[in-house]
Amino acid sequence: MANELIEFVLVSVALLGIGIYGLSVKRNAIRMLFAIEIIINAANLNLVAFARFMPDSGGQTLALFSIAIAAAEVAVGLALIIVAYRMYQNVDIADFRSLKG
Amino acid sequence: MTGVQLMADAAFLALAVVTIGAAIAALELRSLIYGSIALMGSLGGIAGFFLLLDSPFVALFQLAVYVGSIAVLILFTVMLVKRELIFKKIEDKRRKWAGIGLMLIFMVAIGSVIIDSGLKSVTTDEPPVDFRDIGADFVTYYWPALILMALILAGSVTGALVLARREDVENGKRTD
Repeated sequence: MANELIEFVLVSVALLGIGIYGLSVKRNAIRMLFAIEIIINAANLNLVAFARFMPDSGGQTLALFSIAIAAAEVAVGLALIIVAYRMYQNVDIADFRSLKG
Repeated sequence: MTGVQLMADAAFLALAVVTIGAAIAALELRSLIYGSIALMGSLGGIAGFFLLLDSPFVALFQLAVYVGSIAVLILFTVMLVKRELIFKKIEDKRRKWAGIGLMLIFMVAIGSVIIDSGLKSVTTDEPPVDFRDIGADFVTYYWPALILMALILAGSVTGALVLARREDVENGKRTD
């Protein structure tokens, strides 16, 4: 293994930071979903990196589960965005405030 | 420094630049369509990292699920949205600098904690995990989780279809 563990972890930290920036600044619901995807991928990268340096197959198995669950999450999230878009004709989450009831 | 080390470092650097740059582009490009294509690039870069980590099975799974299906799903959703919304940037101007500050503080804080920790010296010479072990894991120890995951996937896809169904369309005609 030519690379060190810390390099992968630092890339993961950078991706997590970018994701947090996107979640806190963007108001476009689709962009926020992008940010969530980036954060999930940072987590997956950590899982696989630590699994490689253990070495243990459990981390890769967990990463596969995580990817599959993320796919389900995206499907439901996009459906929710479509429903909200149909109701408000907009994807700005500031317009979704009335969903609070 | 050997040739293999140099190659691995170059590949790592290129992948890091592509992944992080594409992640920033996905959030910052004006057009949502180009943004989702940049997101594909970022997810593909993560798949490259998985290859570097000797996990080809996870890398191919990542390519198939993320770059293949999720990116297409996102592209189709973007195409359903009105044209002017695709090219309009919706964000709080005041929050932008606060967000960048939060990101930098977070990166510096967590990064310095990680650099100071014992992770710096962790390397390994052990052979990578054989992907056949993952298959064995799936059908032995994790089989209840696998079945549960299948049910969750089926449930979420059904839920997404039910959510996205138009209620104002009856017998193929719009009622409104």
